[in-house]
Amino acid sequence: MLSQNDVQEAKARGNLAYSLYIYEAPLRLWHWANSIIMLALAISGYLIGSPPPTLTGEAADHYVMGNIRFIHFVASYLFAIGLVARVYWAFAGNIYARQIFLPPVFNKEWWKEVLFELRWYLFLEHTPKKYLGHNPMALLMMFFFFTILAFGMLLTGFGLYAEGADDGWMNALFGWVAPLLGGSQQTHGWHRLGMWIMMSFAVLHVYAAIREEVLSKHSLISTMISGWRMFKE
Amino acid sequence: MSETFYEVLRRQGITRRSFLKFCSLTAASLGLSAAAMPKIAQALETRPRTPVLWLHGLECTCCSESFIRSAHPLTRDVVLSMLSLDYDDTLMAAAGHQAEAIIEMVKEKYRGNYIVAVEGNPPLNEGGMFCIQGGRPFVEKLKETCADAKAVIAWGSCASYGCVQAARPNPTRATPIRKVIADKPIVCVPGCPPIAEVMTGVVTYMLTFDRIPALDRQGRPKMFYGQRIHDKCYRRGHFDAGQFVEAWDDESAKKGFCLYKMGCKGPTTYNACSSMRWNGGVSWPVQSGHGCLGCSEDGFWDKGSFYDRVTGIHQFGIEANADVIGGAIAIGTGAAIAAHAAVTALDSLRRRAGNKDAREGIEA
Ligand code: HEM
Ligand code: HEM
Ligand code: SF4
Ligand code: SF4
Repeated sequence: MLSQNDVQEAKARGNLAYSLYIYEAPLRLWHWANSIIMLALAISGYLIGSPPPTLTGEAADHYVMGNIRFIHFVASYLFAIGLVARVYWAFAGNIYARQIFLPPVFNKEWWKEVLFELRWYLFLEHTPKKYLGHNPMALLMMFFFFTILAFGMLLTGFGLYAEGADDGWMNALFGWVAPLLGGSQQTHGWHRLGMWIMMSFAVLHVYAAIREEVLSKHSLISTMISGWRMFKE
Repeated sequence: MSETFYEVLRRQGITRRSFLKFCSLTAASLGLSAAAMPKIAQALETRPRTPVLWLHGLECTCCSESFIRSAHPLTRDVVLSMLSLDYDDTLMAAAGHQAEAIIEMVKEKYRGNYIVAVEGNPPLNEGGMFCIQGGRPFVEKLKETCADAKAVIAWGSCASYGCVQAARPNPTRATPIRKVIADKPIVCVPGCPPIAEVMTGVVTYMLTFDRIPALDRQGRPKMFYGQRIHDKCYRRGHFDAGQFVEAWDDESAKKGFCLYKMGCKGPTTYNACSSMRWNGGVSWPVQSGHGCLGCSEDGFWDKGSFYDRVTGIHQFGIEANADVIGGAIAIGTGAAIAAHAAVTALDSLRRRAGNKDAREGIEA
């Protein structure tokens, strides 16, 4: 994970390797599927709280809110299943599959790397470093604004969903969420705020990915597509 | 002590015919089958009457007002006869020391065998001095009265959650019953006020079956609070269709479209209004064209405007909702990215022009 360690590992594994296989297929598949699902969740979720303009005519002729909510719920199940699968892959996959769940927060060296990345993003460093796995700064962001938040969205989301469900597994598993957060209305508020934070992260994430792709001398976006990290020099 | 409910009712001048009618009405309103009716009748005929002490803390008496307007005159008479005999500041004839003595008497005579119904709640600040009864803080009276009770009913949102007197900043520290009484089963019947038939239903259930109705996580009887307003609302079809009132008195309002955009809290409120309705089934808030306020939900006064769909999240100390905070975060992020991208572009232009040796390969 450390840039220096990475270099050593690169040496050890490939001896002057110019590309390394980093992200295995299930992880890549999950990444892109999840991106699309999250987009669907954010848009449908936004429309649940702020619906489109009213429709005239007979109620029986339309099903707009029904469809929006249907999309949200189907996407949320896919999101939940994907997340569970992703957790499984953290155990089954290579070390890079574990990163977003276990940032090495007790490793001083790693924090130094985070600091370095911060300086790089603040234009205080002029030479970007290269990493085999995630860049430490990105990892930190992913951990807080994706991993933790994703479980938060899952809990508040199913907490709200459980309200419509009768006593059953859903209620037993998630019925406690809404009362804990101060009621149904508050839970809606937190869930919605989570959407905004998540989407802000996503925009930042995409920007950083493109920027690193251009500036640093190794591949990022194509790595998430093919799995291979290419070092361009 | 050995007097049964039935005997009490007969003494109050209620005929057997009316009594049986009452039993079937009760069975129906509790959602029980016709077979339950004889059981109710039998229980009331044989079971010794359970006394009910009705206390009033910080409250507006809207629960009592609702209660005595129970739709069916029969229900009202019967349930009132079952109750008011013992103690209720508002309804009973006795006053002063005489009245307070009743509590002592019931406590002694029916130890562990009476029900306390509380309307309102005790304020705890300044040693409870914001609500004085019989010369001492209500909280003391409440604790003493509940000490030997079999069960406690918390009437309305006041007793269940705190309601308006507990709204921020809650100067008197008005506190819901379940935070003051810890060792008794408590049935919460929230609402401001609760529906009359819900109140009489809960009382009748407890008195006839001598047990507490099934409660949900927040201590509310499932039979009445198990469903969201939104899930039984007759305007739900318009919600699903996407047909909303956008402004009071617009065309949609006249057509009776869904009040979601006008801030209706039906989707986040658990109560029986949309199925039982009010005033004997005459109408209910949404039917009269106004959104639900969420009056039976915890802290409904502090949940932002009654007329907004997306409301404030209080933890931020400021009155801001998810869209305001989230929008600011999103715009901030966008602006930061734009600025960062601009600086990045300038920086690389400058360095490309200046020192070419900025290019470096992998150290290996
Ligand atoms: C990261 C993923 C998610 C995002 C961005 C998201 C976003 C949103 C947003 C913005 C709302 C509208 C809130 C409001 O204004 O009331 C909403 C509502 C809701 N979401 Fe999600 N959500 C996500 C995941 C989930 C999950 C996993 C579930 C689980 C079933 C879920 C269930 C719900 C439910 C039940 C509602 C309320 C629908 C209604 O009131 O009709 N969401 N979501
Ligand atoms: C077009 C949009 C996107 C692009 C181009 C993109 C690109 C990337 C890239 C290049 C990486 C690998 C980072 C590295 O090499 O260190 C990555 C990882 C990641 N991205 Fe995205 N991303 C996109 C959308 C999203 C969205 C919408 C989300 C969800 C909010 C997301 C969440 C993640 C996560 C959680 C990882 C870590 C993957 C793992 O280790 O499992 N991405 N993304
Ligand atoms: S009027 Fe209120 S309770 Fe009825 S469907 Fe619309 S939002 Fe739901
Ligand atoms: S419709 Fe809503 S605000 Fe009105 S009485 Fe019922 S729960 Fe309370």
